[in-house]
Amino acid sequence: MIEVRDLTKSFGAQLVLDSISFRIENGESVAIIGRSGSGKSVLLKHLIGLLQPDTGEVLIDGENIVPMNERQLLRVRRKFGMMFQGAALFDSMTVAENVAFWLRRHEHLTEAEIGRRVAGTLEMVDLPGTEDKNPAELSGGMRKRVGLARAIIYEPQIVLYDEPTTGLDPIVSDSIDQLILRVRDRLKVTTVVVTHDMRTARRVGQRVLMLHNKKIYVNGTPDQIFDSLDPVVRQFVDGVADPKENLP
Amino acid sequence: MAGPGQEMPNPMLAKVRRFDTVAVMFSLSASKRVNGVFAELGQITLLAREAAASLLKGRASWRDLLYQIYYIGVKSQSVVLITGAFTGMVLAAQTYFQFHKVKMDTATLAVVSISMCSELGPVLTALMVAGCVGAAMAAEIGTMRVTEQIDALRALATHPVDYLVVPRLIAAHLALPLLTVEAIGIGILGGYFVSVNLLDIEPTYLWANMLRYTHQSDLVIGLIKAFIYGGVIALIGCYKGMTCRLGVEGVGQATTEAVVYASITILIANFFLTLILGKLVSWL
Repeated sequence: MIEVRDLTKSFGAQLVLDSISFRIENGESVAIIGRSGSGKSVLLKHLIGLLQPDTGEVLIDGENIVPMNERQLLRVRRKFGMMFQGAALFDSMTVAENVAFWLRRHEHLTEAEIGRRVAGTLEMVDLPGTEDKNPAELSGGMRKRVGLARAIIYEPQIVLYDEPTTGLDPIVSDSIDQLILRVRDRLKVTTVVVTHDMRTARRVGQRVLMLHNKKIYVNGTPDQIFDSLDPVVRQFVDGVADPKENLP
Repeated sequence: MAGPGQEMPNPMLAKVRRFDTVAVMFSLSASKRVNGVFAELGQITLLAREAAASLLKGRASWRDLLYQIYYIGVKSQSVVLITGAFTGMVLAAQTYFQFHKVKMDTATLAVVSISMCSELGPVLTALMVAGCVGAAMAAEIGTMRVTEQIDALRALATHPVDYLVVPRLIAAHLALPLLTVEAIGIGILGGYFVSVNLLDIEPTYLWANMLRYTHQSDLVIGLIKAFIYGGVIALIGCYKGMTCRLGVEGVGQATTEAVVYASITILIANFFLTLILGKLVSWL
């Protein structure tokens, strides 16, 4: 279970998140939406302790991770898998070495067992036989799949997705959405997806949180969000630019 | 012209005020810079402490360590060999030109040997390694930071110091003395070659004098210095990479600063190490 209480974060003089509070139950699938620069990725990084809030608490299974130092956080992060916006693959390693990274560092397995697990996970993300490729040889969608394979090979309890479909064409985006659902259903993980792609939010989120003006503006089901008549929500859902911002 | 009730402007007073403003701005800027240097020194010390704790608890992997030793050794081979050889050769020629005036030609290689062992070997090797390996460390780690690879490491429950800093630090500590020995050896050979083949010095006396005047302590001093410089290069390179500003410009700046800071630190440390180690040797 993830619980955020009164989380506030600034970078210098710029306030990014202002007293944010919400709760995500085990096995739940939540999409966090909001405009570019609204602090979605910043919020996601707080959940895994990659950023420290100015004030507030982040509780993972009841344990507040904010006062923890980097070494103590390593224990908590074992519960998480994270897919980064740019995939963040280690470019000095092959696909197989990237995916096997956790197993080599944290588990005592034979090379044969590691190879089997890597092949199985790559198959799950629809990339069989790519073990020997370098990240530079992969397309954007393939890189994200490898990033996801690396994040789920150790079967974490919670998987975080930072803009999983950004920069991908609609067909690849759709396949990534299906993959997120497949991982959720097969591994029974808690899923948190940060996105500004409304289609992704609707497909993968059982609940949607909308960030606006540094706060959680709406917390509801996808249907509540998509049927909302609130002008701010409506504008985001319909993807309409602010009339004041329109050029003549 | 000043109006009624207004004071006439005093040009001298205006100059003094302008000077005061410049002086205040200069002192503020200087104090900010000094504070910045001390803050960075503190951060590097904390990094060294974290790395030492990680090393003592055996968190680094042998696989990464071996790769880094190979990487530092191989990457620096050509520059270390060329630097060592030509330094030995030019030192031999220059020494000969002076010693020949007082008929001490056969002491030429002894000067080359002592200089290479205790000063030039470790310092020049360290400067060369700082230029190629230290810069590469800062650039590689800086790029990892910019592309969120360091965040990915942390998300995979891996401490960046364990994975990135400790193997590089141990590898640099081990590789620098080996590279220094290589530079010393090739420097002495270069000096011997120039002395015998180009300056026509009698090889037997040349070699005998070198063995007579070069002591084990000269080599030991050089190796201790090299060991310390290895740590300086790795720590500064890793620190600059891990704290670089985001963006391509940040990586470029971190790389430059890693080389400049490491080189300056090596040159300053060399003075103090020469004094301290020289005193220690004379006491022993």
